[in-house]
Amino acid sequence: MLVWILFLLCQVGAPALAQDLCQRDAPNGYKVRISLKTALGEDAYEWNQSEMFFFQATMAFAMRRHFQMETYNVDNIILCVQTSRVSFWFVVTSPDNTTMLIPKADVEKAVRMSRHRINNAFLLSDRTLEFLGIYPTLAAPVNPDTPPWLIVFGVVIGAVCVGIIALLISSLLQKRRKEKGMTEDGQDEEDMQVKGVENGINLDGTYNRGFTDDDRFTKL
Amino acid sequence: IVLKILPNLGLGDRIPSHQELERMEKEEAGDRPKWDNKTQYMLTCVGFCVGLGNVWRFPYLCQSHGGGAFMIPFLILLVLEGIPLLHLEFAIGQRLRSGSVGVWTAINPYLTGVGIASLLVSFLVGMYYNTIIAWVMWYFFNSFQNPLPWSQCPVNANLTDLVSECTRSSPVDYFWYRDTLNTSTSIGDSGGLQWWMVLCLLCAWLLLYVCCLRGIATTGKAVYVTSTLPYVVLTIFLIRGLTLKGSLDGIKFLFTPDLNELMNPSTWLDAGAQVFYSFSLAFGGLISFSSYNSVHNNCEQDAVIISIINGFTSVYSATVIYSIIGFRATERFDDCLEGNILALLNAFNLAEGSIKEGNYAESLQNLNGTFPETIQSLDLKTCDLQTFLSQGVEGTGLAFIVFTEAITKMPVSPLWSILFFIMLFCLGLSTMFGSIEGTVVPLQDLNIFPKRWPKEAITGIVCLVSFVIALIFAQSSGNYWLALFDSFAGSIPLLVIAFCEMIAVVYIYGIDRFNKDIEFMIGHKPNLFWQVTWRFVSPLIVLVIFVFYFVTKVSSNVTYIAWNPSSEDFPTLEVLEYPAWIYVIIFILAGVPSLVVPGTAIFKLIRRCCSNKNVYGAEVDTVSAKVQMFTTKMS
Repeated sequence: MLVWILFLLCQVGAPALAQDLCQRDAPNGYKVRISLKTALGEDAYEWNQSEMFFFQATMAFAMRRHFQMETYNVDNIILCVQTSRVSFWFVVTSPDNTTMLIPKADVEKAVRMSRHRINNAFLLSDRTLEFLGIYPTLAAPVNPDTPPWLIVFGVVIGAVCVGIIALLISSLLQKRRKEKGMTEDGQDEEDMQVKGVENGINLDGTYNRGFTDDDRFTKL
Repeated sequence: IVLKILPNLGLGDRIPSHQELERMEKEEAGDRPKWDNKTQYMLTCVGFCVGLGNVWRFPYLCQSHGGGAFMIPFLILLVLEGIPLLHLEFAIGQRLRSGSVGVWTAINPYLTGVGIASLLVSFLVGMYYNTIIAWVMWYFFNSFQNPLPWSQCPVNANLTDLVSECTRSSPVDYFWYRDTLNTSTSIGDSGGLQWWMVLCLLCAWLLLYVCCLRGIATTGKAVYVTSTLPYVVLTIFLIRGLTLKGSLDGIKFLFTPDLNELMNPSTWLDAGAQVFYSFSLAFGGLISFSSYNSVHNNCEQDAVIISIINGFTSVYSATVIYSIIGFRATERFDDCLEGNILALLNAFNLAEGSIKEGNYAESLQNLNGTFPETIQSLDLKTCDLQTFLSQGVEGTGLAFIVFTEAITKMPVSPLWSILFFIMLFCLGLSTMFGSIEGTVVPLQDLNIFPKRWPKEAITGIVCLVSFVIALIFAQSSGNYWLALFDSFAGSIPLLVIAFCEMIAVVYIYGIDRFNKDIEFMIGHKPNLFWQVTWRFVSPLIVLVIFVFYFVTKVSSNVTYIAWNPSSEDFPTLEVLEYPAWIYVIIFILAGVPSLVVPGTAIFKLIRRCCSNKNVYGAEVDTVSAKVQMFTTKMS
């Protein structure tokens, strides 16, 4: 009889005790905030008790993984203060002694270790499944061996240098060809077509009719 | 009232007569560079006139001076100031067939100073303008990666958090002021050369050299791309912009007329200054380009067409820019509102979607009524679309901060970034062609270099010297130096030169002779509109703008804005005063080109009095005006 009364008391008391352990601003608890509509938009699932159970299971998994102890169970994760946001608080009790809470730091380590798995379980991300107080680690910057801009710069400068050298060489060749032509046969200068007329250097060339054959007086 | 024409001896000996011009046209036409066809000439002039100012100065002026109402002073001054000056430069270049120094020396040897002033201004402006192109190239090189480097803040050295200078301002600000310029906190603090900037500067000058190598033979080919590509890109951006949310808000904001602004004199002065600088007048480049035309080319028609194209381009690019700014402003507004809504949802644990944009104001009021302290502690931002729209700045701020931010919000950002910076590059490069022309041709005319030196060498030397001096802009304080050059080298001297040009042509050369020349060239005398504007209206407008600018600059305390992460109002730019030694630099930039005009005249007068030589005969020994002026052959 006494045992039966004690048993009844335990059944009533345990949840009450659990409620004492888990409360808003609990020293060893974390607040979780979930933004389903932001993450999934139209495909957002409904957050109900089954999802809460899933969360408990995921957290238990995270604790097992971190401590490498197979004793963590769904009952060790206590949830409270649920709101329609969706947000809630949770605390983790030790599997050996259900009145003792696992310290905040250890919970944080466990969460960080399995953060990726927890996010994927709910189809969410670091931003939409927030553990307030546990900041996501920043991605390490990707440092390529050569900065990409140097590659483009190299291509452009290479093309420009090739262009300059090509133009300079062609000018030199033209000048030499013209000088050779002048010393060989002085009378034939007027017949030579000279490309790229420059100031003062080519005294003779063919008369450029391309433009001046237009009407002398262009109509407005 | 017609002023008596000032005495001008020996004019007939210095310039080719009409018969000589006809003869030159038929026979000796091969010794001066010529345009391959009319298209090249038009594209080069359009490219020279249409520049970065059309894209980043005009839209800002339009928006800040009453939107659609700004068109009225702009168009009026375009017709009264821009077109006459343009026609004047085209006509005088085509008639006297030489560059700026050659033309003014031929009109009167004491006017050589006007040509030299044009040379100095083209040189100084070309230096800093090409640095802007170097910045554009830097951004272009950095556009070939996804995500774009200015879309997010970098992580600090110990990987604990984002760099604080970036989080306090914004990723685009950080990339511009830190990664690109590595700017120091004041103009006196030079901070050494930034190697990546030196590389980009080198690339910009080499690219310019390869295009200007043989004068108009090479630039004439390059302009097919550099003058047309900006219009293609603008159209692509317009189509892309109009499909984005909020673009129409931007366009409406730009063009909403506020007729009260017309009463404000600074609106008219800004419009006049914009028309003047937008046409790239007084650089000497337009005179030079026009001198390569056939004598009977219709310069009047050209002037009108190019003015119309320039005005149209300004309005078109303003539309495109503001459609994108409207999109950016709407994105910012949405983000701001979303941030506020999230803060409310989190603080009060309300279900997602219970507060939306529609009921935000109402919900906020309700919550404020019941929980005022919580609302206070949230520190909600005020989100106002009009504030975001009026953040459209001008100049480098528009291109490298505001527009780049807008690009990061568009899908496939690297593509838009590449297109945008190619467009800016083409706009800048085609203006540089005119600048180089305005520097190299006068140098040849002044016989600074031996005549047998090829054009390639002279262009190369000009580019090399400009590159070396432009290394000032590659320092940490380079941005401040550039702003200094922009305010002083490219403003007052140009107005002085333009005023002198008009007085020289109308009163020293003689408006009657000028009218007869135009009749000879295009077949009819210029009508009353040209007479009135050339004689009175345009010089008066230029004089008024000059007086206004001079008085404002002299009377106000000259300040500049600096980026200082440790200042109180960071990220707002700090207003600093220039140190005392800067005034020497300002005098060199603005004073020397302006004073060269009377200075050369006085110098020649003294030389003539001392040596008693005949100034009017032997002086004009220019490479570019190869005419049989004297019986003796030129050496």
